[in-house]
Amino acid sequence: MTARITSEPIDPEALRGAGAGDGAELLFLGVVRNHAEGRPVRGMRYEAYGEMAERVLAEIVREAEARHAVSRVAAVHRVGELAVGEVSVAILVAAPHRDAAYGASRFVIEQIKRRLPVWKHEHFADGASRWVAGVPLAPESAG
Amino acid sequence: MDVDILFFASYRDLTGTPGLRLTLPPGATVEELVRTVRERGEAFLHLPARPAVAVNHTVVPHGHVLTDGDEVAFLPPVAGG
Repeated sequence: MTARITSEPIDPEALRGAGAGDGAELLFLGVVRNHAEGRPVRGMRYEAYGEMAERVLAEIVREAEARHAVSRVAAVHRVGELAVGEVSVAILVAAPHRDAAYGASRFVIEQIKRRLPVWKHEHFADGASRWVAGVPLAPESAG
Repeated sequence: MDVDILFFASYRDLTGTPGLRLTLPPGATVEELVRTVRERGEAFLHLPARPAVAVNHTVVPHGHVLTDGDEVAFLPPVAGG
């Protein structure tokens, strides 16, 4: 299990680690795109509530491992200034079979978007910038 | 009792501060804290009346009772990924 918030560029290859019983290793990369609602974008600044984000990301990864027949899940989220094309999030799933890997990977990215205390500030090519509209957090039921 | 308050992202921009320390009566709830913060002045009134609030890194209901030394974070809608 790996769950990390980092200010360093993400090296997806370093997340790999399938076991001998795995038949699939699935890597998802979220990258900064060059447009938003038709406007050219030149970059993005990601901000996290670090301690809480690491705790929530670890919970999401543990839930993915518990709900899907996978052998290993790793998730890393970047913070700081990112240029177009840079990796903002990487999710690596190793599993005996591909269906479980796709399910777990999808689960992790959807939960990140719903629960991780991370915000992004979009920089437009014309010099304007704004906070990207997000999803309101709900009280956590447990703990 | 004293609590440490943190404002993130757009809430930091609205209030013009990353955080502040507040003294509250013992037994105060998150709801009372939010009201006290919003009454500090014009800038703080820009905060929503019912923001998501995390106490010691866990998002809690507004009825949650605070204790001395709590870290209370005002969290705007999230946009990770």
